[in-house]
Amino acid sequence: MTAVLKVEGLSKSFGGVKAVNGVDFEVAPGELKALIGPNGAGKSTCFNMLMGQLMPSAGKVYLKGEQITGLPPRVIWRKGVGRTFQITGTYQSMTVAENVQMALMSHHRKLFSLLPYAYRLFREEALALLDVVGMADQADRSCAILAYGDLKRLELAIALSNDPMLLLMDEPTAGMAPKERINLMQLTSDIVRDRGISVLFTEHDMDVVFAHAHHIMVLNRGELIADGTASEVRANARVQEVYLGGGTLYAAEGSHA
Amino acid sequence: MGLFVAQLLTGLANAAALFLVASGLSLIFGVTRIVNFAHGSLYMLGAYVGLTLMNTLPGAFGFWGSIVLAGLVVGLIGILIEICVLRPIYRAPELFQLVATFGVILVIQDLALMIWGAEDRLGPRAPGLKSVVRILGEPVPQYDLALIAITPFILFALWWFITRTRIGILVRAATQDREMVGALGVNQSWLFTGVFFLGAALAGLGGAIQLPKGGADLLMDLNIISAVFVVVVIGGMGSIPGAFIASVLISVLNVFGVAYIPQSTLVLIYVVMAVVLTVRPYGLLGREEKAGEHGQVGEVERPIRPVGTRGRAFVFVLLVVLACVPFVGSSFLQVLITDILIFCLFAASLQFILSSGGLVSFGHAVFFGGGAYAAALLVTYADTPMELALLCAPLGAGLLALGIGWFCIRLSGVYFAMLTLAFSQLVWSLVYQWGAVTGGDDGLVNIWPSAWLSGTTAYYYFTLAVGVGGILVLRHIIHSPFGYTLRATRDSARQAEATGIDVKRVQWLAFALAGTMAGLAGGLFVFSKGSIFPNELEIGKSFDALIVVFLGGVKTLSGGVVGAVFMESIKDWLTRLEYWRLILGLVIIGVVIIAPDGIVGSLRKLGERIGLLKEQESMR
Amino acid sequence: MLEIDGIHSFYGKAHILNDMSFSVARGEVVALLGRNGAGKTTTMKSIMQLVRPRSGSVSFAGTDITGLPAHKVARLGLGYVPEERRIFTDLTILENLEVGRQSPRAQTPSWTIEALFELFPNLEERRNNRGKALSGGEQQMLTIARTLMGNPSLLLLDEPSEGIAPVIVEQMAKTILKFKADGLTVVISEQNLHFAKMVADRAVIIEGGAKKFDGTFQDLEEDPQVRDAYLSI
Repeated sequence: MTAVLKVEGLSKSFGGVKAVNGVDFEVAPGELKALIGPNGAGKSTCFNMLMGQLMPSAGKVYLKGEQITGLPPRVIWRKGVGRTFQITGTYQSMTVAENVQMALMSHHRKLFSLLPYAYRLFREEALALLDVVGMADQADRSCAILAYGDLKRLELAIALSNDPMLLLMDEPTAGMAPKERINLMQLTSDIVRDRGISVLFTEHDMDVVFAHAHHIMVLNRGELIADGTASEVRANARVQEVYLGGGTLYAAEGSHA
Repeated sequence: MGLFVAQLLTGLANAAALFLVASGLSLIFGVTRIVNFAHGSLYMLGAYVGLTLMNTLPGAFGFWGSIVLAGLVVGLIGILIEICVLRPIYRAPELFQLVATFGVILVIQDLALMIWGAEDRLGPRAPGLKSVVRILGEPVPQYDLALIAITPFILFALWWFITRTRIGILVRAATQDREMVGALGVNQSWLFTGVFFLGAALAGLGGAIQLPKGGADLLMDLNIISAVFVVVVIGGMGSIPGAFIASVLISVLNVFGVAYIPQSTLVLIYVVMAVVLTVRPYGLLGREEKAGEHGQVGEVERPIRPVGTRGRAFVFVLLVVLACVPFVGSSFLQVLITDILIFCLFAASLQFILSSGGLVSFGHAVFFGGGAYAAALLVTYADTPMELALLCAPLGAGLLALGIGWFCIRLSGVYFAMLTLAFSQLVWSLVYQWGAVTGGDDGLVNIWPSAWLSGTTAYYYFTLAVGVGGILVLRHIIHSPFGYTLRATRDSARQAEATGIDVKRVQWLAFALAGTMAGLAGGLFVFSKGSIFPNELEIGKSFDALIVVFLGGVKTLSGGVVGAVFMESIKDWLTRLEYWRLILGLVIIGVVIIAPDGIVGSLRKLGERIGLLKEQESMR
Repeated sequence: MLEIDGIHSFYGKAHILNDMSFSVARGEVVALLGRNGAGKTTTMKSIMQLVRPRSGSVSFAGTDITGLPAHKVARLGLGYVPEERRIFTDLTILENLEVGRQSPRAQTPSWTIEALFELFPNLEERRNNRGKALSGGEQQMLTIARTLMGNPSLLLLDEPSEGIAPVIVEQMAKTILKFKADGLTVVISEQNLHFAKMVADRAVIIEGGAKKFDGTFQDLEEDPQVRDAYLSI
């Protein structure tokens, strides 16, 4: 089966400093894969290159076998990649439903239409997506007054609106309470299972990573130093040295099972 | 060869004053993130204060002492402005700050008029530097050579101050994160005041030091500010070496322009700017501004809905009342309402791009005037019938907006604002200097409507239909998918890009649409007046529109229209007063500080408080 | 040492802190726990007067500091290390430290650049590098060092472990415990319970802008209701 996402020799330098250096990996269909590593290791740079926000210095990115390297974000989105951000970027002046409707208008190519009232377009479809993430009851609230965790769920609904085959989630649970983190990642896992979507996410909460990721990649100083299952990565001496440390900062193995 | 060198030296000498003003503006912008529109006014004050001092203090010591003292006095005035006007609004959105400094311009204009009178003043010549030196056979004033010698010292002193002193370090730190500097124990409000003092003093010095060359007059504030904007935009905002390079570049170009292509000097400068910005959007030495880097505190715009039955009924009744005016009102009233309607459409078009698009255009009059000129030129040179010419007004303005927008849309925030201003100046200078075609300062006259619209009442109904129609079309578009898409690009460009929206393209088209509507207003205008002059596309006209949108309420849909009605209604009365600029300036500053929601926003809040309107769900 | 009494803080219309009270004794390390949006950062900022509480009071070492400008609060010996580092990226490490410099004060550990370089050797190597060239962990060290240049007697650390490799966080825990041994009072806000437990004597749990729990970590573990409501994993 072709990998949904395949990355070959991805590199990026900023003024001579190699932020990402020769990274290769694949994401299989239906896989929930985590990318971890210390701050400044190149995770965000990597993500921004996958989604087209940054032009790689070298290397190729393939989506279902098609090369998408260096395409602008909006084009990559139209090819079926959804993205959520570490700091949410929803439209503050719109209601919850309108935020999803906006993405649907884009998906259905109605952006330049001048005649209809926008608030009536694709409302049913938007409500259905909000229902998936459990936000339908808040559809008509202003986005500016949402609680943080609800914003994250809204972002997920927006990311689903173009029926993506791949979701890129940048620190999806940053800033949430432990319980909310578990709920959001559970929701994401369910969506992955139900819709056959693949997910690549970065994360700092090792508890979340070890509990939900099928596979984990570790990035350090721009290079991939590990790519494997949770227990393989935990046992990796190099990963322990540069990243995980003595294990005092996350739950012991199996405590989530 | 001799002439060439002499001209080069004149250019370098002229760069001195320009650099002083531009570096002051850049310094203030770097730290406070405020583009001080009133910086030209400080320059003018420097000239007047310097002149007064030079007339009292004797000799060479008196001359140079006056220049330094003028700098200090203007610096102190700067402190006054900083404390009274800017301190309360550091956290306000940038448009509010710009409008407030514009209020300061008006106030200073009238104060200068009161104190020094309307006459232009000649500056004294510098004692001991009154004669000329022959260089390669060409006469070069000694004072020019003195200026050329002084400027590098000022540049070096500023550089040393910024990079080598503790205060310089604090200033640079505050440029990046004012709050954090405060949290580390630095009294940042005094740091700001100090920077403002320094920046204002530099402008004052610039005004005083150019006295022997240029004298003092009441127009020098606005004359220099567009040149200064060009300089800081070319050099890069916040970069003092950039300001130096650009000052020299512009001054030298200007001198050679005057010598070799006198009819298009102004045009030349703006063309250079356009070229530089095409290659380097943030100027020669400028640094890319990341969106949201200087996050601005302000109330979030609210979700919108088309007006309900009550609102529609209200608009209908209003239209009926307006339709009845010719039966009861004088023809003077009809003309007044015609003017108001045209201005309302113009303001609504600005509000569209400014509020829904979040793009603060400072040169919107160029499309109003552009549309008017498009129609007028067609009538004058091609005998085009009025109906067709009027149709070409929005088309011409729309095309102009597509062209200007292509450059401007690549930038955002204050860069966008300054670029739109500079481009509107480019068009203005083109119209102004290309007298053979545009009539220059004499304008184009005898542009009258067709016979069926020649009566005051007929044209009144025509304007009512087209003007109101245009406003309603704009309003509908705001509620359409395109309007929503535009708001999406304003709320979060990143999210929009990540969900398939071509942000720049949407902004570009919206900019063109706003320009088209402004052009329609301009077309209506030219046929109602029968003539058009370059002042209709000047900075002042753009500011008029900004101010009414602002007075009406930026974060509303109808602010522009309401503000325009308010302003045009009182203008006739206001401008009869001797010092109306002073009053208007103070009102603007007052509104910025006390009622930033504007008329519509304030009424809405009042309505919510007394229970007439449903209150928005409060945050969290 | 620090007394927060019934403060209410707002961002615009948003009511963030709702009658928040707690106190910190000299030499203590207290952890503020709670999710994002619970009010931890606003509590920190309200202590520093970066956000002015609308009502209630904050007093520090016996002085009422409510409504003082932030720089005066800092000069009294409150050191604030913000979330997201906020180092001055265009300035070198040495210049960053210069911004934080204040004169030494009585009864508090005094810091010199040399002592700070000893504590954070990475920073010394890169003393003339600009802030933007630093890694996330180095930036966090610089933020702390910069605040220590002001010789604070109480350190407010807002989410020091956020976004940092566990291995660096472990080092940071040691550093904080060293500060405590030197007599510094520390308030940290945290989402990582493991880290908080390593360094803090006491936990204050914040939710919805108000205090929901105040006690030792042992009390916390023995209180299943609180544990499940705010910390449950």
